[in-house]
Amino acid sequence: MEDFIIPLIGATFRIATPILYAALGETIVERAGILNLGIEGTMLLAAFAGFVVAEASGSLMLGLLGAIATGMLLGALMGFLSVTLKTSQHVAGLGITLLATGLTLFLFRLKYGGRSTPPSLEEGFPQIGILSDTILRPIFNQYGLTYAAFILVILIGWLLYKTSFGLRLRAVGENPEAADIAGISVYRTRYLALIIGGGLMGMGGAFLSLAQLGAFAHGIVNGRGWIAIAIVIFGNWRPTRVFLGALLFAFVQALQLRLQAEGVDLPYEALLALPYILTIIVLAVAGRNASYPAALLKPYDREA
Amino acid sequence: MLKIERGSAPWWMRAAIPVVAIIVTFILVSVLIVMADASPTDTLYQTLITPLTKRTGRLDVLTRASPLLLTGAAVAVAFSAGYYNIGAEGQLYAGAVAAAWLGPKLGNVPQVPAILLILLVGFAAGALWALPPAILKVRLKVDEVVTTLLLNSVMIFIVSALLNGPWRDPASGWPQSPEIAASAQFPRLFARSRVHLGLVVAVSVLVMLWWFMRYTRPGLELRAAGMGSEAARFMGVRVKRSVMMAALLSGGIAGLAGVGEVAGLQFHLTESISPGYGYTGIIVATFGGLTSVGVAIAGFFLSLIEIGSLSSSRQTGVPNYLGDVIQAVLLLAILGSFLLRHYRIRRA
Repeated sequence: MEDFIIPLIGATFRIATPILYAALGETIVERAGILNLGIEGTMLLAAFAGFVVAEASGSLMLGLLGAIATGMLLGALMGFLSVTLKTSQHVAGLGITLLATGLTLFLFRLKYGGRSTPPSLEEGFPQIGILSDTILRPIFNQYGLTYAAFILVILIGWLLYKTSFGLRLRAVGENPEAADIAGISVYRTRYLALIIGGGLMGMGGAFLSLAQLGAFAHGIVNGRGWIAIAIVIFGNWRPTRVFLGALLFAFVQALQLRLQAEGVDLPYEALLALPYILTIIVLAVAGRNASYPAALLKPYDREA
Repeated sequence: MLKIERGSAPWWMRAAIPVVAIIVTFILVSVLIVMADASPTDTLYQTLITPLTKRTGRLDVLTRASPLLLTGAAVAVAFSAGYYNIGAEGQLYAGAVAAAWLGPKLGNVPQVPAILLILLVGFAAGALWALPPAILKVRLKVDEVVTTLLLNSVMIFIVSALLNGPWRDPASGWPQSPEIAASAQFPRLFARSRVHLGLVVAVSVLVMLWWFMRYTRPGLELRAAGMGSEAARFMGVRVKRSVMMAALLSGGIAGLAGVGEVAGLQFHLTESISPGYGYTGIIVATFGGLTSVGVAIAGFFLSLIEIGSLSSSRQTGVPNYLGDVIQAVLLLAILGSFLLRHYRIRRA
């Protein structure tokens, strides 16, 4: 039992990490009233940029910064499209995902040619063990970015609920007209939310290429961004519940991988599909009580 | 003095929107072409003009346009009703699975009924795959963007399970389904080409859609639902019904695209039957302004970009993914230039 449950929990934390970063980023963005469907592409391009920078500079930290900067840049682009130009958030976000995906494929081919094995780093971020001499070792032998993600849950909760920036951010997502009258710059706040959120999505991508895999391949993100969006709804736009959602999804995923390894008599695709189907079911259940930010998807037009 | 003010833009400015978007796109992608050590004018010429100067190029564009016209139409119907169906990719595969299932069983059926049957089943399968997100949206207000996206992944797993399981080719071991019966295979439209009946299907769907949206009560209700549920409800439009209908029509039309790829081109199902036609459909629909005529123009244009970027990459060495980037930038540029619709320039 110990051999089963404890590694399973360890795997859950690892699998949850990239999704948690992305979901926390999306939480901030949506709380400000913007749905950023660019999340999937942002994670991919950031994972790639982080990998290229780390490979070229030999510094994983610079790679991480490169990934964050890429995410922020794409967040700003989403801001230009949705806040400044007030275009459809759905289409703009999807456009950013398509653009970032196309750019990644293009630049990858340019840099690495048509090779069949993915390029990898000599060394990715190491795992850091705490409680190493106890039975819990497999749980607390995680990448630094995983521990950081857990701390971020608390930090972002504090940012949203205990700081004046958080208050402004939520105001802009609930009632931009009132926020504007109260002297809050709706545009600026939304841009900031998108840039911070994009940075977090970038960290999620960087975790994949710089820590978990230490390599880059096209399918590296593989729908994690979409899962993150579902988890934000499940988490009712609250960081702690988003954290719970990410853990829940990751647990099902870890269990699924474990069952595959144990050779359960099911087509492995059925196991792969399991977390996606469960996510839809959970959305159907949680969706009823979902309290969407009131101004989500609504562009704010000061002159109108 | 010239003054910019709000209001409906004059017709020439509306017509200028796609042109502005295309110019902005080419300027932006030129940067990438230069990074790939090629000449932007040469590469763009080879991508957009050269295919049209050759017979094979023109026919390839027509072949590739069939699925794009259909996914574009599928997305346009849904978006018109304000239902953001991002699941055309999965619905396309649902249609393809249905065609690959029925196709081999039609050996004793004459051609016309066989083709009608395979189209019908593919439409039904696409609509069926679009049903759960639509029900969740209408009944429980679950956001359709997330559910349709997630179902795309689930469908890919289903296809993979079928191809690696019951449908695996016993002789070669390849993950491809048995070949469909000759009677169910779409006839070719031109000799020595791969252009097939799917193009006729696509154009017919667009014509029917144009008529449906313009002249029928359900079509008008569908568009009214998309303009804002409050106002539509006030006008007596049954919004939920309209959204449901749009979702199912959308899924069905995307399913037809899958049938076309199986029955018109490959004759069996493989995992790579669509290089993302469902997602490109979103670009086609947006570029086409969600109208049938617009979708038709955009579908052929995006097909040209895809065919052209493949053939030009062989000549110039610029990765063919340039095509994906052009399409995405084009989408964003169009979105941005839609702004022009809301402004007019006046002498003050």
